[in-house]
Amino acid sequence: MGGLPAGKVEPTEHDYAEWERRVDALMVLLSGVKGAPKLMTVDELRKNIEALPPDAYERMSYYERWVTSITQVMIQRGVITTEELGRKMQEIGKRDGRKV
Amino acid sequence: MDARFKPGDVVRVRKAYPLGHIRTPFYIRGHSGVVERICGTFGNPEELAQMRSGEPRQPLYRVRFLQKEVWPAYQGNPEDVLEVEIFQHWLE
Amino acid sequence: MKDSGEYQPYSYFQLMEVSLRELLVEKGIVTEAQVAATVADMRARTPERGAKVVARAWTDDAFRNKLLANGSQAIEEIGIDVPALRLIVVENTPQTHNMVVCTLCSCYPRMLLGIPPDWYKSRSYRSRAVSEPRAVLAEFGLHIDEKTKIRVHDSTADMRYLVLPMRPAGTEGWSEERLASIVTRDCMIGVAVPKLA
Repeated sequence: MGGLPAGKVEPTEHDYAEWERRVDALMVLLSGVKGAPKLMTVDELRKNIEALPPDAYERMSYYERWVTSITQVMIQRGVITTEELGRKMQEIGKRDGRKV
Repeated sequence: MDARFKPGDVVRVRKAYPLGHIRTPFYIRGHSGVVERICGTFGNPEELAQMRSGEPRQPLYRVRFLQKEVWPAYQGNPEDVLEVEIFQHWLE
Repeated sequence: MKDSGEYQPYSYFQLMEVSLRELLVEKGIVTEAQVAATVADMRARTPERGAKVVARAWTDDAFRNKLLANGSQAIEEIGIDVPALRLIVVENTPQTHNMVVCTLCSCYPRMLLGIPPDWYKSRSYRSRAVSEPRAVLAEFGLHIDEKTKIRVHDSTADMRYLVLPMRPAGTEGWSEERLASIVTRDCMIGVAVPKLA
């Protein structure tokens, strides 16, 4: 991305939401930085983010890209299956939702 | 793998555009710079990204480039530099 | 059945996060307690930790030399834990200003400073910091004159970077704590310099 034309840098920051912090934490844990078994590398995380189609990349926020990528890696490595993920998302989707 | 280069050596980044996960930015490929230091030897990210072991581990260098040589329209001090970490297999 | 507080439906990605986490917990890969502890751990990593390092370097030449020679080791020796961090500390001088970016993603010394700000990860910063650093710095309100050299560091691989800013004039005799209070995160990325309050 370096050197491509781009607009003004907007000095935005946001206080990360709990779900975003949990995604970050999952990455720290799964990549073996802090004591959990190493199940993925940051390189696989980056590879999967780079593989996102350009319009999806632009539409998704930083941690949306991360959670997608981490989940892809878990499927690629056979830690979870697409089937398990689908069923779990269906099940949770039926619950009340998240407390704000 | 032994380090082929040392600080002060002039090196050029290979001008190749293969597929896969690569940590050599497009903008620096084909450019020449000077080795600023050897950072150590690390797993090859191109291999690690494919769920492989990252062997053979590659020496990693910080290479210093003159901005005015990297960007045709660069505005600034002619001694402004850009320092980038590049793996040995991308240097010649 | 709901306790107090508003409920919102999950977005697709929030749903993915909950689902992934529950599956990993069910499979015994992580526990909820570990996730919560890691969230808390990352929260506790803040720019104040970096500011302490800078203030120490300003007041202790031996430490400053160690820091420039081996960033992570020097920091661990003063009791600040930075697991898996390979830090290079780059020093601002009257002749040289340093600036850090990760054009390829968002590499940042997280274990020292915590999670990076949105702008550091933005397309604009990542594209332009390497090719037009002076213009980007001007947008941050920092004007570097033409006679000063700029070194831009692109964290493309395993190393991470911390800018050691210059100690401003007028801080003679200040305690380390007071010195640390003027070192902001942006000073350590290189888009700002410490200012006297």
